[in-house]
Amino acid sequence: MARELLKGNVAFAEAAVRAGCEAYFGYPITPQTEALEHLSTRMPELGRTFVQAESEVAAINMVYGAAAAGVRTMTSSSGPGTSLMMEGLSYLAGSEVPAVVVDVMRGGPGLGNIAPAQSDYLQMVKGGGHGDYRQIVLAPSTVQELIDHTVLAFDLADRYRIVTVVLADGSLGQMMEGAELPPMRHLRLPGERPAWALTGAIMREPNLVSSIHLDPDEEEAFNRHLQAKYAEIAAAEVRFEEYRLEGARVAVVAFGTTARLAKTAITAARAEGLAVGLFRPITLWPYPEVQLRALVKRVDAMLVVEMNTGQMVEDVQRIVAERVPVRFFGRTGGVMPMPEEILEELRRSAHEAEAAHQEEVSA
Amino acid sequence: MKGTVTVDEPRCKGCALCIPVCPKGLLRLADARFNARGVHPVELIDPSSECTGCQLCATMCPEAAIAVYRAVRVRA
Amino acid sequence: MTVVAPEHAMTPVYEFPDSLTSVPTHYCPGCTHGIAHRLIAEVIDELAAKERTIGVASVGCSVFACRYFDVDFGQAPHGRAPAMATGIKRVAPEALVFTYQGDGDLASIGAAEILHAAVRGENITVFFINNAIYGMTGGQMAPTTLVGQKTASSPAGRSLVGQGAPLRVSELLAQVDGAAFVVRRSLHDVVQIRRAKKAIRRAFEVQEQGLGFSMVELLSSCPTNWGLKPDAALDFIRDEMVPAFPLGDFKVPEAETAGAAGAGTADSSAAGADAAGSAVAGRARRG
Repeated sequence: MARELLKGNVAFAEAAVRAGCEAYFGYPITPQTEALEHLSTRMPELGRTFVQAESEVAAINMVYGAAAAGVRTMTSSSGPGTSLMMEGLSYLAGSEVPAVVVDVMRGGPGLGNIAPAQSDYLQMVKGGGHGDYRQIVLAPSTVQELIDHTVLAFDLADRYRIVTVVLADGSLGQMMEGAELPPMRHLRLPGERPAWALTGAIMREPNLVSSIHLDPDEEEAFNRHLQAKYAEIAAAEVRFEEYRLEGARVAVVAFGTTARLAKTAITAARAEGLAVGLFRPITLWPYPEVQLRALVKRVDAMLVVEMNTGQMVEDVQRIVAERVPVRFFGRTGGVMPMPEEILEELRRSAHEAEAAHQEEVSA
Repeated sequence: MKGTVTVDEPRCKGCALCIPVCPKGLLRLADARFNARGVHPVELIDPSSECTGCQLCATMCPEAAIAVYRAVRVRA
Repeated sequence: MTVVAPEHAMTPVYEFPDSLTSVPTHYCPGCTHGIAHRLIAEVIDELAAKERTIGVASVGCSVFACRYFDVDFGQAPHGRAPAMATGIKRVAPEALVFTYQGDGDLASIGAAEILHAAVRGENITVFFINNAIYGMTGGQMAPTTLVGQKTASSPAGRSLVGQGAPLRVSELLAQVDGAAFVVRRSLHDVVQIRRAKKAIRRAFEVQEQGLGFSMVELLSSCPTNWGLKPDAALDFIRDEMVPAFPLGDFKVPEAETAGAAGAGTADSSAAGADAAGSAVAGRARRG
């Protein structure tokens, strides 16, 4: 496949097609609508399912149905829509059916605006729906990653029978960038649907896709089973990137678009002689906890940058546990942090780290 | 004997909806015994073999607890 | 089954349906949910469709329907069964897909999902159990609760002021072009039960013929939450619910309205025994 100039929303939609997505259900919402529009043409021309649902509530439950029937399926939306999907996502988790959700985050709360934001971190990473559940969350920072993560999301969802979220933002969805699409995969044949799926009980006992466990002991046992699965995922599926952390005294911790902006700031800071680098979680759940904890021994300070008022920073603070100072810099409401602003914050962090270091030496 | 019915007594909840629909009045709650649910199950009392196997009782039963049988016609 | 068949000279004419499991239902004694389950299972047996049927249970008393039907089953969030069924049917078009929903589920919290499944002409079958009350949560007011009917959340009786009149879902959905078959039947006596079964069969056939959305509304009893004995609850359906929810055919496929021989027409003429029902059915057919 050749590199081509692709808009983020169209890129992930086409990536889903090539990853074998057989059914898409969605509702128009900016800044992800181009994905729905692309699929409204692509899915029917390939003989696959596209439904524009009456709401995101219906869309996620259509996804629930198609997933329960054993096909690769997805939806995409943005904050006000993903909020409506929380009920369905909890049921998907409780029934252990695989599905992919792409959230192209925008400014909030409420109707907010349609500019880029990262303020759905808590909703998607911690679980905005009811009950003890997790979903894998991937955070792309380029259009290429948006494509790759969409394909990966289908594979992870199937492997673990779990919802996998691609947490993008309005900037990534709207930007055009050179990227390469994956080859078209073969669709699952009807006979290849998973053994647990609702396909008609031919020569077997009926299957049940349900999240109800009325008996508390049974519900607890099911929750233990889920937690064991989550532990397995946490051990096997952590993904992260380290950028210019060799000899760094200050580590920026950022994901997605913000990490990309931070790289520009880091290049400028390095040019000024500041020993700074970037730690970028790619999986926001499971979070690269072990790797971040190890980083505490290598740097003197951390700077968390997000397009929100401080969501991932809670995880960083928990993991770092006050062993090094953690500063936070965030822009929100659809405002993106500029590299110059991040650079200014890096200078402060570097200065503080140096001061702390001197104090330690003199003491 | 034209017909008869059997009652799956453990399933029967004793709602008695079948009793008034029997055209011959052959069903009643078994006052003398309880099933595992603690209810008097329905029983067929048909000493004169009046049951025709008309299925009205089975049509009414919410538990699908009544099976209906009819005599096989044997050609001479 | 612990039943012992009678003497060998007897042949079974009615037996426990294959498409039901032997799991005893949790429904209260005399609740007509059991009759509805039985009829649906009998029709699945008659259509030899057990191995290609996929049901979707809802939330409410029918939440455990998935345990009672011996077919593949999904369990949807409250009100969302038509959306879940849409997802299933679109990727398994050869399957016979049905939802089983109560009045709170379908007519209140799931009003958008049922309406738009009909709008899309979604080729699924919906069984709508209307007992004018929320059963599972203990007898609160439903969108189909009758005016003046006392419930746990309308202790003074449902009032037109502030609570409104009961929602007639079949009449509403019959206005939707995508709906192919929309009828209301009752489970309050043997004759009505037999008509209900014919309608259930026709609804499944409409789906098999790919004609679009089909729904059978079944007036059903809730003896426990109505505070009535099972037989008195059936009388309540006949005397109180049928006048408010007339029985009849509100939408049947074109060919059946024109000709005299169609199953839908046969059903509606049968329902004509009920004066109110036939009047509304007649209006629906002319409309």
